[in-house]
Amino acid sequence: MTFAFHASDWLLLAPELFLTAMGLLLLGLSVALGKTKEDFLAFLATVSVGITGALVAFVATRPERATPILGGAFVVDNFALFFKALVLLSLALTVLASARYVGAAPYPGGEYYALLLFSGVGMLFMASGNNLISIYVALELMALSSYVLAGYFKAEPKSTEAALKYFILGAFSSGVLLYGLSLVYGAGGVMGLPELAKLLASASRSNLLMLGILLILAGLLFKIAAVPFHVWTPDVYEGSPTPVTAFFSVGPKVAAYAILARIFYVAFAKFHADWGFVVALVSAATMVLGNVAALLQSNVKRMLAYSSIANAGYALLGVLGFRTEWGLWGILIYLLAYTFMNFGAFTLIILLESKGYAGESVSDFNGLAKRSMPAAVVMLLFLLSLAGIPPTAGFIGKYYLFTAAMKAGYAWLAILAVVMSAVSLFYYFRIAAAMFFTEGSPAKLKSSYALSAVIAVCAVGTLVIGVVPQPFLEVLKSCVLGR
Amino acid sequence: MDALLRDHLVSVVVFLPLAGAVLLLLLPRSAASAARNIAFGVSVLDLIVSVPLWTRFLVGVPGFQLRERIDWIPQLGITYNVGLDGISLLLVMLTTVLTPVSLLFSLTHVEKEVRGYSVAFLVLETGMLGSLVALDLALFYVFWEVMLVPMYFIIGIWGGPRRIYASMKFFLFTMSGSLLMFLAILFVAIRHHTATGAWSFALEDLTRMTFTGRVETYLFLAFALAFAIKVPVFPLHTWLPDAHTEAPTAGSIILAGVMLKLGAYGYLRFALPLFPDAAMRFAPWLGVLGVIGVIYGAMVAYAQHDMKRLVAYSSVSHLGLVVIGIGAFTTMSLSGSILQMVNHGLSTGALFLLVGVLYERRHTRELDAYGGIAAVVPVTTALFLIATLSSIGLPGLNGFVGEFTILLGTWLSPHRWWSAAAATGVILSAIYMLTLVQRVFWNPLVVEENRKLTDVRPSEFVAAATLVVLMVWIGVRPNDVLDRIRPAVESLQKSVAARQVALHESARPEISEVRR
Repeated sequence: MTFAFHASDWLLLAPELFLTAMGLLLLGLSVALGKTKEDFLAFLATVSVGITGALVAFVATRPERATPILGGAFVVDNFALFFKALVLLSLALTVLASARYVGAAPYPGGEYYALLLFSGVGMLFMASGNNLISIYVALELMALSSYVLAGYFKAEPKSTEAALKYFILGAFSSGVLLYGLSLVYGAGGVMGLPELAKLLASASRSNLLMLGILLILAGLLFKIAAVPFHVWTPDVYEGSPTPVTAFFSVGPKVAAYAILARIFYVAFAKFHADWGFVVALVSAATMVLGNVAALLQSNVKRMLAYSSIANAGYALLGVLGFRTEWGLWGILIYLLAYTFMNFGAFTLIILLESKGYAGESVSDFNGLAKRSMPAAVVMLLFLLSLAGIPPTAGFIGKYYLFTAAMKAGYAWLAILAVVMSAVSLFYYFRIAAAMFFTEGSPAKLKSSYALSAVIAVCAVGTLVIGVVPQPFLEVLKSCVLGR
Repeated sequence: MDALLRDHLVSVVVFLPLAGAVLLLLLPRSAASAARNIAFGVSVLDLIVSVPLWTRFLVGVPGFQLRERIDWIPQLGITYNVGLDGISLLLVMLTTVLTPVSLLFSLTHVEKEVRGYSVAFLVLETGMLGSLVALDLALFYVFWEVMLVPMYFIIGIWGGPRRIYASMKFFLFTMSGSLLMFLAILFVAIRHHTATGAWSFALEDLTRMTFTGRVETYLFLAFALAFAIKVPVFPLHTWLPDAHTEAPTAGSIILAGVMLKLGAYGYLRFALPLFPDAAMRFAPWLGVLGVIGVIYGAMVAYAQHDMKRLVAYSSVSHLGLVVIGIGAFTTMSLSGSILQMVNHGLSTGALFLLVGVLYERRHTRELDAYGGIAAVVPVTTALFLIATLSSIGLPGLNGFVGEFTILLGTWLSPHRWWSAAAATGVILSAIYMLTLVQRVFWNPLVVEENRKLTDVRPSEFVAAATLVVLMVWIGVRPNDVLDRIRPAVESLQKSVAARQVALHESARPEISEVRR
């Protein structure tokens, strides 16, 4: 294994390198410009993400991407490109949704955007990670930036608490993951995923290997907030600044699924029978606990935190479905749908935030229809999609996940998922009832162009994927790993 | 335009209301009175456009007519696949009649958020019509769900004091049922894919699949539950009285008139042909639940003090009769059930409408608040009386034909006692309905306020009279309707019988021996 650089390597790494450079530039500019020019920083961050997206599109056209680079540690297949696009989408939405929020906060904005971009770099590397080490390092880059982002409101006890909790539990889970990686390396002696897959194809199951697989699974389940590794989620989601929460609920999760899919679909598929059972149990527990706990919440951020736990449970159906391509497709389309609908819902919380910071109760949604009919209708669209009601993106996502689960022989889990979707209607429609059926504050809703744009993008995405899914499904089909 | 109406008539009828709803959303919020007039106009236009469905429908021809088929999501084999047989034709016509009727009533009686109200009704109409013509299970499911959301808002925003509770209950009941149905649809489609290698959700393709034993039972139950909640079959009816009591008058008309029918329709269209064996095995249960529903609904209706709740429980009773007819599964009982669905839509629609007329004037629905108003409001009284007589099955009106056909058809089946028990329900319905009429319209006039009651306005009269005319028409010329139903019923029976025979001969010869 040699790590020789070629000219073409630089080309394929262009998006990541550019985003890193822009992150550093923002950090420097923040010191030079101070608190007053933060709109410019937000603008610069948005443009950086946009150019990175263009670079990803450019990389997609290059024939060089057929071979992995950096000694096989970095691969740019269609699967990676899909996740890169998704990561950049959530990054762009976050930057836009943050502008007003960060501008009003008494903390320097430059580091906020820089951290966001660094976290984005980590996620881009995660999407392409093809080697146990590169995956781990990319994950840590993403995670470390996230811990700091959670505590961005450093004078607020809740924000600090969120950061500390996230850090301690995150570091612990990273340790578990790393331990699992080392055991698997010990069992196989190779780092690259394709090599590992080749080796395992002829290997018999050993306790060492099984323990390694389980520990890797546990580490990744933490990142996607599956039961029993979910306890950090409600507190971190509640305490973090809302744009950061919105970001946490999509970006890092999406990237973690990219790793999960790559490791388990490529390398560990052979032992599906062994880890499948564990994933099935985790998925069941996650769906039940997430949905039932969400019923009891009065804080919308916590409610959506539990809802996103429940959604992690649904998405695990796709992991179970890795026996067929449907599992992979299910995860991809569901994450795409989820990014739009979940980010959209969080953006409405940002829009409604009345008390400045972390006081977002369901009653804040009271009478929203009177204050702004479009806002209420769009929120309803996101809620319907989260509940999986056609014709929305969430329905198409669940359609694929349920199909994957049934094709893999987990019909009972699909039934449970459906029953839990029915339960989720209770709490999603509590918000709907508050918006449309009750009287609330008559205050006019203050929006900004950036927030309106985010909401519009999310709404269009949610609706278009639901009504004309065909083009998206065509893209999915080409996103098979290794191509 | 001509070509559009010629080749895509069904789609035009289905999507015209949706187009109207989009148009309304573009209107400024202040144009409230324009909104209601536009909504009413669109629904009348839809009624006019739907008349050619009736005239172009070939009577006596089995199978689906006026079909359209376009790929929607080819990757999943989901198509936009619509068409009509006699059963859907009747219910489509019922929908296009009842929507303008309820909007006409709303013209004068809804003040709050008129634009949203109009949009909700138009979207609802598209949802109902789409469910009635869809021949692709995925498409059906989409329309079926689309229908729920506007009704949720109609009850929740424009309803009575306990509207939030009622709308939530309505939504959760119906949604829970349909989610399981969604899973069953997926399962059937996956089986079809495994067997043939092609994805399809078309009813014709999926009915070629055979399921046996426990799998069929579970799949059937998943479908049947969704439809039974909607009908509602006893004991799943508890959402209905709440939803009806709290819904605004126009919402009740549509809910009772069309949406409940979709449960029975879905059972006939999808559950029976897909799982004939299980459906036949569970038919006795269905009949028994129907009998319980008839008698229970009647008795509870008799005990009500609220006019709307009384009519709501009478719906439970009358739809029990429809369920009995389906359970008995003779040509006659099935035809009667389908006819009775239409009849119930007309008579109950009229009753809810006239209760609404009284409510708008006195703002109470308590029976005791009225009495002796026949002389004060003679036209209302006359209309109410006709609707009542239709509802209790007086010969010469539509209700009689429907009830008689069901009872006779059931008597010809092996389950004679259902027919006998259901007949007592018919008698009970005469008791509670006539008591209602007596207590409200006759009896001495004791409440002074009632002297100042005003009679129906022209718009209310037109709305109610339309329904009365249809009641008389079906009562006098029932064959206009029955002729259109019969081929559909016969082909349904034939396909079920053929598939049962095939199933038994191929898979389980020993059982078919026993059954013969």
